[in-house]
Amino acid sequence: MITAKNISKSFNDYLVLDDVSLEFKPGKCNLIIGQSGSGKTVLMKCLVGLLPVDSGEIYFDTRVISKLSFNEMKNIRQDIGMLFQGSALFDSMTVIQNVMFPLTMFSKMSNAEKLDRANFCLKRVNLQNVNKLFPSEISGGMKKRVAIARAISNNPRYLFCDEPNSGLDPKTANVIDILISEITQEYDITTIVNTHDMNSVIEIGDKIAFLNKGKLCWEGDKDEILHSENEILNDFVYSTELTRRLKSHP
Amino acid sequence: MRILSDIGKYILLLRRVIARPERTHIYKDQVFLEIENLGINSLGIVAIISIFMGAVVTIQTTFNIDNPLIPLYTVGFATRQSVILEFSPTIISLILAGKIGSQIASEIGTMRVTEQIDALEIMGINPASFLILPKIAAAMIINPIVIIISMFLSIFGGWLSGVVTGLCSSADFIYGIQYAFHPYDVMYALIKTIVFAFLITSISGFHGYYTEGGALEVGRSSTRAVVHSSIAIILANLILTQLLLA
Ligand SMILES: Nc1ncnc2c1ncn2[C@@H]1O[C@H](COP(=O)(O)OP(=O)(O)OP(=O)(O)O)[C@@H](O)[C@H]1O
Ligand SMILES: [Mg+2]
Repeated sequence: MITAKNISKSFNDYLVLDDVSLEFKPGKCNLIIGQSGSGKTVLMKCLVGLLPVDSGEIYFDTRVISKLSFNEMKNIRQDIGMLFQGSALFDSMTVIQNVMFPLTMFSKMSNAEKLDRANFCLKRVNLQNVNKLFPSEISGGMKKRVAIARAISNNPRYLFCDEPNSGLDPKTANVIDILISEITQEYDITTIVNTHDMNSVIEIGDKIAFLNKGKLCWEGDKDEILHSENEILNDFVYSTELTRRLKSHP
Repeated sequence: MRILSDIGKYILLLRRVIARPERTHIYKDQVFLEIENLGINSLGIVAIISIFMGAVVTIQTTFNIDNPLIPLYTVGFATRQSVILEFSPTIISLILAGKIGSQIASEIGTMRVTEQIDALEIMGINPASFLILPKIAAAMIINPIVIIISMFLSIFGGWLSGVVTGLCSSADFIYGIQYAFHPYDVMYALIKTIVFAFLITSISGFHGYYTEGGALEVGRSSTRAVVHSSIAIILANLILTQLLLA
């Protein structure tokens, strides 16, 4: 289980995360939602240790990540798959090399096994016939999917996805949502997803945390979110005509 | 003050760079790739500059010898000495600082601003070592070879210009380049080259690695990489010459 206890983070006097405490459930899709600029990406980077927190602790089970040595951290990281908001594919490598990369670095698989595994992951994100292309030669949505394939190739125990379906059409976005939720259940991993897409929230939100201006503003699940009394949350959830109409004609 | 903290940061980064590699065979592949990237791909520009500089040194020297007591083979001798001692190791290294320094800083800088370095780190890889160590190793292996090629080409350029312009006969020139030859001079040049190769790749890697921001900052890092590695080369040249030739 991943737990954040009272974490705060600021950049040059600008407080981005203000005393956030959260528990993420294993085997479930944990969603962090919030407006653009509310601190979701910063929170995720703090959780995985890419950004140091100013105060507070982050626990992976019983281990406090700020107190780990480089090697202990390395062991945890080999269990982490992460999708970055900007995909972060290696542009010197082809699509298939990107997906195989974590396997090349850390598994003892033979080349054929690695290729099989990478092809399997690419198929799960609905990508075929792009193996030999470079990231600069595929579309933004395809990059996102390759990045997801790379994040899951090494069978992670913790999966972090920063906006997995922004920039995707509704249908592919839904495929990705379902994929993330399936993998989570299938392999019993702890999944944390940043999103501001209400479709994902309703589809996969086992546990939802709403961030507003760096503060944790609301917590609940996908059923509770539609009937909450929290005004700031409702402002966010019912910000579009579509959701407002659904609310008035359920 | 900035420079002191930068030097401190640079040394700390170097410590991470020389950490034991996780998967040696992958590093080996990377080194070969970088040898091609940084070394083989620089041969064209090095060849052109070397031939022409050698030619100019020879012509300049002949023009400056107007005393009939000085034998003509001095031209070959002077060309050889200036090429081996300074031109090839130092000037060509400065040119390589411009070429491979900016290449390394912009490559690593772009990886930083597009979060590719974060992606490496999150996989449990030591990105500093993974990205910078193969480049340092490759340059330290291939630059001495590039410099030796440059020496031959410069001297060849000198010979060609002497013969073509008729300013110095082939026989005089060839006698001159063999006259009072100390193999230690080549040794000295190669030691310098290896030190310069280390400075260029590590300083440029440092600037790329600590790029913050976007495309604009990548450009700035690569400029800084070239300027700082050039300054480092000039300073190291002074120190090494004092140490090795005094
Ligand atoms: N490296 C940084 N330096 C300074 N400020 C930063 C840095 N990274 C993020 N911020 C600030 O932190 C705040 C939160 O950013 P963050 O990227 O977490 O937003 P977000 O919730 O992920 O938004 P989005 O949905 O648009 O991705 C922003 O106001 C941003 O300006
Ligand atoms: Mg974000």
